[in-house]
Amino acid sequence: MIEGLLIGLSTAFSVTNLLMVIGGCLIGTFIGMLPGLGPMSIIAIMIPVAITLGDPSAALILLAGVYYGAIFGGSTSSILLNAPGVAGTVASAFDGYPMARKGMAGKALTIAAISSFLGGTIGALLLMVFAPMLSTVALLFHSAEYFALMVVGLSAIAAFAGTGNVAKAILMTLLGLIMATVGEGALFNMPRFTMGLMDLQSGFSFITLAMAMFALPEAIFLVLHPKRTATEGDGSTGKITGLRISRDEARKIAPVIGRQSVQGFFIGVLPGAGATIASFLGYAVERNLATEEEQKEFGKGSIKGLAAPETANNAACTGSFVPLLTLGIPGSGTTAILLGALIALNVTPGPRLMVDSPEIFWAVITSMFIGNLVLLVLNLPLIPYIAKVLSIPRNYLIPFILFFTLMGSYIGQNNATELLILVGFGICATILRFADYPLAPLLIGFILGRMLEDNFSRSMQLYDGASFIIDRPMTLGLLMIAALLVIVPSYRARRAKARRQGVAEGD
Amino acid sequence: MALDRWIALIILGICLAYGYAAFFTMDQLLPPFMQRNPIWPSTFPKVLSVLAILTALIIVLGLEKPADEANTPDIDYRRLGDYHIYKALSLLGLMVLYALMLRPAGFILATIGFLAGGAIILGERKFHYLIPITALATGIVWYLVEGVLGIFLRPWPFFLG
Repeated sequence: MIEGLLIGLSTAFSVTNLLMVIGGCLIGTFIGMLPGLGPMSIIAIMIPVAITLGDPSAALILLAGVYYGAIFGGSTSSILLNAPGVAGTVASAFDGYPMARKGMAGKALTIAAISSFLGGTIGALLLMVFAPMLSTVALLFHSAEYFALMVVGLSAIAAFAGTGNVAKAILMTLLGLIMATVGEGALFNMPRFTMGLMDLQSGFSFITLAMAMFALPEAIFLVLHPKRTATEGDGSTGKITGLRISRDEARKIAPVIGRQSVQGFFIGVLPGAGATIASFLGYAVERNLATEEEQKEFGKGSIKGLAAPETANNAACTGSFVPLLTLGIPGSGTTAILLGALIALNVTPGPRLMVDSPEIFWAVITSMFIGNLVLLVLNLPLIPYIAKVLSIPRNYLIPFILFFTLMGSYIGQNNATELLILVGFGICATILRFADYPLAPLLIGFILGRMLEDNFSRSMQLYDGASFIIDRPMTLGLLMIAALLVIVPSYRARRAKARRQGVAEGD
Repeated sequence: MALDRWIALIILGICLAYGYAAFFTMDQLLPPFMQRNPIWPSTFPKVLSVLAILTALIIVLGLEKPADEANTPDIDYRRLGDYHIYKALSLLGLMVLYALMLRPAGFILATIGFLAGGAIILGERKFHYLIPITALATGIVWYLVEGVLGIFLRPWPFFLG
């Protein structure tokens, strides 16, 4: 391993490759900040540039830098504008945006930068040690386990729902799953619930739905009640101060970062799981582990609630390189695009990559460390400037948020009908918010819906029925964890209520 | 009945229609060779519709006890008249107009119109700042999307080619 690392260091520390990492991180961060452009589209745009480089190591290093930069940039728009352009950063908005509204945008971005850095770095360390071993674990996972893993992810909605809101959260998740069934699926090759409309043939667009659920209602709320955020010390009225995190806060988030780096990495290794599930699960697990006092803070600007998904999504991004580099199987859409780029450069990733082209394998791993460091060094000093977005006058900021929302949705589909769908969903989402329905579960259900159904169907076909649940102990175990995730929070709430009543009655 | 239960009632209606389609219309279109499969295209939607109908009923019938601490939503929908509802509705109308005008009017005119119109609705009156800023921003975005990303956006109205 030492020998390999030395090869990697000598390759990654060449002037060209260092420039590639820095350039990739910068491009990724700035484009990733635009809501609607996720790592997948940015990497797709950068592929022609990478291929013209000719050198596979340099190309992969550039694209990996873009990937990390895009994930970090996505977090920035989630935290500052509540407009997550990437599914993996939706969970960062849950607590990051409330923090920004409370005038702690600088602190939120600092926590995001440090969590991302540590998540990515610890992930890269784990990748170096576990890459060969993990490939065998990932091979044990069949579609039945993926199905169960996604049920675990969806059960995590219990963590998003407060007391008295569980049914609403479950209904929203189911609505998301129902929306995911619209259009032509990969498995059945027949259109479903399209009502004969050609525009619905490929289903609803994720970007449109994400914009409609988060950015649009937020902008409408800002218009409806301008004083709502100003009284809470929004950046538009105050200055971006308090970039530093206190020692006490650092002590609070340290265990979260430690746990989520490892958990996020292992989830990222599983093909299909990726940064999205890692961030949602990370958020849910940390909420359940938190004390009762801290739990109340979740969703209202908890630093733990921000550090958890930020660490987990970066660690998972690193983890998703494991199946790509060791098995040649892309674990996510983004790594699939990377695989395409590698094949175009005459490199076939797989078990032979470590033997045939060790310089590529190790250079990518080394560049992960450099990339994470570059992101931290670049972003920490830039935070006050990035956070200035909030001090733009409201009369300008709101039309621009709406415009980026519209553009994000238009660029994805190149179809003006998509904009009308966006406005329609945005109005529905605003009404749902009036009635205190949580919107995040709807989006989670929608993102995981297609994968959930595909894996469920595959397992049903393989086992000729639902017997796979009992026949595969790992599936059963995961489904039991899912049940626990739903039951434990409601049990805790009941116990707390009973205790409060006991105190009130003088026990 | 509170707004959340009215919404649950509407969702219940949607789920009933979805369930009806899954249970009674989808399987008729299934080719005979697929009917021997353990799973049909309608299987998952059937499960979802039943679960969603049950959950919606829990909310409509008020079976789940509300939280002890009263939730304070950001905006009280019962007092919508107290907020800037007309500004919000005008902005939504402007978004619909933008969607309809983007192709015929071209990206540059439609976008300048949208950004300037939006700011004017929100009370901006400094036109000497507004117009140059929106024009500059539109130009930059158009260059990034068309020039850098390579996504075609017709800049000018259809009659100018």
